[in-house]
Amino acid sequence: MSPRPPAEDEPHRPSTDDRPPAGHGPRAPGEDESRRPVGERFRRFRDGVSSGANESGVTPAAGRRRRRAGEELAVPPAEFTSYYGRPILKPPVWTWEIAAYLFTGGLAAGSSLLAVGGQLTGRPALRRAGRVTALAAVTASGVLLVKDLGRPERFHHMLRVAKPTSPMSVGTWILTAYGPAAGLAAIAEVAPLLPDRGPWRPVRRVLPPVGWAAGVAAAAVAPALGTYTAVLLSDTAVPSWHDAYPDLPLVFAGSALASGAGAALIAVPPRQAGPARRLAVAGAALELFGAHRVETRHGLLAEPYRTGRPGRLLRAGRALTAAGVVGALLGARSRVVSALSGAALLAASVATRFGVFHAGVASARDPRYTVLPQRERLQRRQAGEQDG
Amino acid sequence: MADPVSRPDPPVADDPATAAGWVDAPPRMGFFTDTSVCIGCKACEVACKEWNGVPTSGLDLLGMSYDNTGALTANSWRHVAFVEQPRPAGHPPAASTGAEPTARTEFLGMPGAAPPGRTGSADGRSDFRWLMMSDVCKHCTRAGCLDVCPTGALFRTEFGTVVVQEDICNGCGYCVSACPYGVIDRRADDGRAWKCTLCYDRIGAGMTPACAQACPTESIQYGPLDELRDRAAARVAALHERGVPEARLYGHDPADGVGGDGAFFLLLDEPEVYGLPPDPQVPTADLGRMWRRAGVAALAMAAGAVAAFLGGRR
Repeated sequence: MSPRPPAEDEPHRPSTDDRPPAGHGPRAPGEDESRRPVGERFRRFRDGVSSGANESGVTPAAGRRRRRAGEELAVPPAEFTSYYGRPILKPPVWTWEIAAYLFTGGLAAGSSLLAVGGQLTGRPALRRAGRVTALAAVTASGVLLVKDLGRPERFHHMLRVAKPTSPMSVGTWILTAYGPAAGLAAIAEVAPLLPDRGPWRPVRRVLPPVGWAAGVAAAAVAPALGTYTAVLLSDTAVPSWHDAYPDLPLVFAGSALASGAGAALIAVPPRQAGPARRLAVAGAALELFGAHRVETRHGLLAEPYRTGRPGRLLRAGRALTAAGVVGALLGARSRVVSALSGAALLAASVATRFGVFHAGVASARDPRYTVLPQRERLQRRQAGEQDG
Repeated sequence: MADPVSRPDPPVADDPATAAGWVDAPPRMGFFTDTSVCIGCKACEVACKEWNGVPTSGLDLLGMSYDNTGALTANSWRHVAFVEQPRPAGHPPAASTGAEPTARTEFLGMPGAAPPGRTGSADGRSDFRWLMMSDVCKHCTRAGCLDVCPTGALFRTEFGTVVVQEDICNGCGYCVSACPYGVIDRRADDGRAWKCTLCYDRIGAGMTPACAQACPTESIQYGPLDELRDRAAARVAALHERGVPEARLYGHDPADGVGGDGAFFLLLDEPEVYGLPPDPQVPTADLGRMWRRAGVAALAMAAGAVAAFLGGRR
């Protein structure tokens, strides 16, 4: 493990040797020493792993992160000053649940679109797989979102208000509209299993039309569910998320379609999976186009998407997407190849979502990504004011 | 397309309380923190913790000059930054008001009775300056935390400040990522977001916030924002006149990216030296364009699905 060296471009960093001896401060000698070595918190700060600003607690993953953070130094250091190299922004307190939700939300949206297509074009296997996947994915989404709250028992406070300025509030209401519709559509699939006589008979009769309407309703909301999460990330001060706002929705829309298609390729016999294969191609094209723009059009702020762990995740996502699309097209007759391609597309979506998530976290942790683009913006504005 | 040069939206009126729906709101209140007279005593940090019952943030030595608080966090609503700079103090001798030392002594490497730089010999002069600054929530005119809060836990008070209602907050953490200053924070063992309230309870009763009350040098000044801005402009002019050209205001301009801060500062160096963003912008400034881009992507999604079903027979 190599702790990240102090930023050389920082002129007034006191070296650790210059530090006043322990006990210089208002601290009783010996107190607390046995539990935590002096300066340990500083070293954590310096290493940029004040994860979630959890400043008194010990972060279990700190060691792992520290090792990874070293790789992000491959970029040439740019001139900037900072307060002892500390981050200006608070890194997101969101943990893996939110990255996982980006995937499950997209999977639900893609699946509902395939389900309604199957429903309208007479592909019952595709419809059934889409509806069941959508319900499973949206249920997982709800669990993940509630679990990530600091106060999970207060999840319903989200329903107190509807705030257009808060993408999370908008998303809450999108999920509130989508969840029951997707659930109803999936429940309607049990109709053929119910007995055709006795008290269940009317239920069996009424479920298919209810499921039809619910399937259409879920599909109508699905595109919003699949894309609002991009705004959720962009509408923050996190530099790399915010700057990528024109392109992130494309990535997320494509990833949602490709993952929905992937799930269908696993669950549906090849005879009915034609639309899923074509949707995989469309989704992959959208996702790769968006990801290319995210990684190339944002200057310094594209760097976190290309380096370190997020860079590896996004490259893995791209490779898996390509493999999944090729497999889906070439293995159209083979159930096994189709299923493997579907699995590759699902894995690609997971990798892409976690890559985007961690790129943003990395950009918030390093003050360079906060200071340099803002300095540039200031200079451009001042130059513009002088010209005008 | 992202065009960071253009100002996204015209700044909202400088009266956020009225904009938030308050009728007959009192004048907007705020802080002016004059770092040129801050002595780094941290009375503000202590007074804030005492009055607001903020829990301890743990005991450790950070090795960052005399700053062992580190940053504004859920458990530190005032943070005194200590910056040590390897450069001569900016004040020319003419500006010093202190009396010349009566006896000239050779510098022997021992602590002297006179402050560094006043020993009369060049050897004894300090080669660095100390900048101290008490940081706090900026109570922005356009507050990112307030805009994105999905529960309504964050609200705009009649004084134009931004406060979290702890009985509503469910700890979603969105405000933490939305703050361009990195101020608001989720408390680890509690799960909710916390930050400076500008002592909402005290100012409602006509009192001064605890930090300003405790400040021994009037580095932290509390009052109606208009008055503070006038005072700050006069102070900058005075400092410039006295040969401190690096004095500048930060967060005072209602035309800046957050519509001006309710708590603004007089700094003696660039903002980033103190850990402040040089050109903060409220993230929701681009929200309209974000939704439009998402709408285009959503349409692309729907079109892709339609094409997938119409584009082939099998």
